[in-house]
Amino acid sequence: MNIGNLLKVALNALKRNKMRSFLTMLGIIIGVASVITMLAIGQGSKKSIQDQIASMGSNMLFVMPETMRMGGVQQGNTSSQRLTVNDVLAIKTECDAIIAVSPEVRSSGQAVYGNSNWPTTIYGGNEDYLDIKSWKVVSGRNLTDSEARGSAKVCLVGRTVADELFGEGIDPTGETIRFKNIPFKIIGVLDKKGQNSFGQDQDDVIIAPYTTIQKRILAQTHIQSIQMSARSAEESALAQTQVEEALRTSHRLRENEDNDFQVRSQEELSTTMTSVTDILTILLGAIAGISLLVGGIGIMNIMYVSVTERTREIGLRMSIGGRSVDILLQFLIESVLLSVFGGLIGILLGFGASAVVEALTSWPISVMWGSVFLAFAVCTVIGVFFGWYPARRASGLDPIDALRYE
Amino acid sequence: MKAIIDISSLKKDYYVGEVTVHALRGVDLKISQGEFVAIMGASGSGKSTMLNIIGCLDRPTEGAYILDGVNVAGMSKNERAAIRNLKIGFVFQSYNLLSRTSALENVELPLMYNPLVKARERRERAIAALEAVGLADRMGHMPNQLSGGQQQRVAIARSLVNDPVVILADEATGNLDSRTSYEIMSLFQDLNAKGKTIVFVTHEPDIARCMTRSVVFRDGHIIREEEIKNRIVAGEVLEALPVEED
Repeated sequence: MNIGNLLKVALNALKRNKMRSFLTMLGIIIGVASVITMLAIGQGSKKSIQDQIASMGSNMLFVMPETMRMGGVQQGNTSSQRLTVNDVLAIKTECDAIIAVSPEVRSSGQAVYGNSNWPTTIYGGNEDYLDIKSWKVVSGRNLTDSEARGSAKVCLVGRTVADELFGEGIDPTGETIRFKNIPFKIIGVLDKKGQNSFGQDQDDVIIAPYTTIQKRILAQTHIQSIQMSARSAEESALAQTQVEEALRTSHRLRENEDNDFQVRSQEELSTTMTSVTDILTILLGAIAGISLLVGGIGIMNIMYVSVTERTREIGLRMSIGGRSVDILLQFLIESVLLSVFGGLIGILLGFGASAVVEALTSWPISVMWGSVFLAFAVCTVIGVFFGWYPARRASGLDPIDALRYE
Repeated sequence: MKAIIDISSLKKDYYVGEVTVHALRGVDLKISQGEFVAIMGASGSGKSTMLNIIGCLDRPTEGAYILDGVNVAGMSKNERAAIRNLKIGFVFQSYNLLSRTSALENVELPLMYNPLVKARERRERAIAALEAVGLADRMGHMPNQLSGGQQQRVAIARSLVNDPVVILADEATGNLDSRTSYEIMSLFQDLNAKGKTIVFVTHEPDIARCMTRSVVFRDGHIIREEEIKNRIVAGEVLEALPVEED
């Protein structure tokens, strides 16, 4: 029998048992749909984390003081006073892979305007701070160099702070708020960033000159961290070594001494975070893969039942001239059609489910074309693999026995 | 007349565990074109084995079998499948129609296995075969929408569609009431009158009397072979049968 006729015969056989064919396909449909959706979710969460890390700053690196021991007691890294503005200057002059650098100091407290108040964190930086952290100013202006150095009592507020103190959507530029009893004139409002991947509200901030916070709020000369931008993502690793060298010199560390600071890059953070989601993707994919396997076994089961039930049909087909290979191909094509149709429906369903997940989570879900192709190939293989044994049994029947089968 | 089937000293043994069953113990049988032969005998007499071998479903242990000038005794499984497709038409007791498949598609089935017949010719020949058995108006019906007699007519059309040299019927009236049986026999007689060679296994002597010759098997031998005298014309019997008024 030629391939066109075989296809027609197999299609007719499937049409004769519509409900059964559909239920058999359902296993494959669910399997394929879940593989595609799970992989898409894995990819989506990876992309979402990458996007959010990118939103934290542009090719950002940061220096934090290393934790210290004082009389055997391990101290938290914020109690260290190792980093100073001199380190910032050293980085600025020594490291050519760094294009922007800013000190960072921070303090938590209550911001007050009229009779409203709001607990928030004030960050101190210089005029480059906003660029490094990828902040955009939607209203008003950035800090100036002289404000940053001259402890000016000016600040920029994040959207959350503005909303809480002044009311939803109001532009508070020009108003004066108080933070720990220090009046700050609002010179600008920051663009909305939303939550970061750790669930933190990135808009709940006030940004002011670092000198103001050092002198008027914290009364300290050291800084808590140094924030920097590398020239490009590729130069991030180079920048990291340059910063390390500059700081070792500036801190006068000897060859055998450990760093009393640590340099971290956004790249590193991104790699760590995405390796977690990669594992998640593999896990989700494996679970979905198992359901695809179960779907395949479902096909095998039904093909077995079908061969037994249609023994007389097989006998008849043989008696009117069907060769063993014709019977084998007929059943094999049936099982491949089941799994491939199931696969196609599953792919569509997978796209649909991914879109639903995207709508629910607002993750940038991306269906990978690779996973679609893979699912399709796996379906064909499943059809052949699980159809082979029942089809072999059908083709091996003796026509005389098959015709008499009750 | 040209010999369609020429069988000589045919033997068939089955091995059931340790025991050897001699189903056929040396049979000679010649059937010429245009004959309508009844094969009779009790169960276990070897008549089914004989039919299987004539139909190329089974191969003899020993002996020669020439079908339409071709020696088929030593053929492989695939060669026999091709011979069945081209030269033999089967009619079974239980019709063996594909369920939920229209009469027309059932009749087309043997031609699907012949790569030389294209879709259009296949359809035309199937329509012609259904017309020949008087079912031109039932082509689109499914088997479960047809009576037993009509289903058997579809099966006969299917056996005709490849224009075989011989039609083999295995108790083809076994599931039918006597009125329908004679209708079917009348159809077979018409086909025979048009020159079809038919071999018909039956154990009903009345049915056998519709044919031209009877061959009786017992214990793997042919014990009696005779021309049928006073041949019944099935159409006349039908007219004589009282019509059931229920």
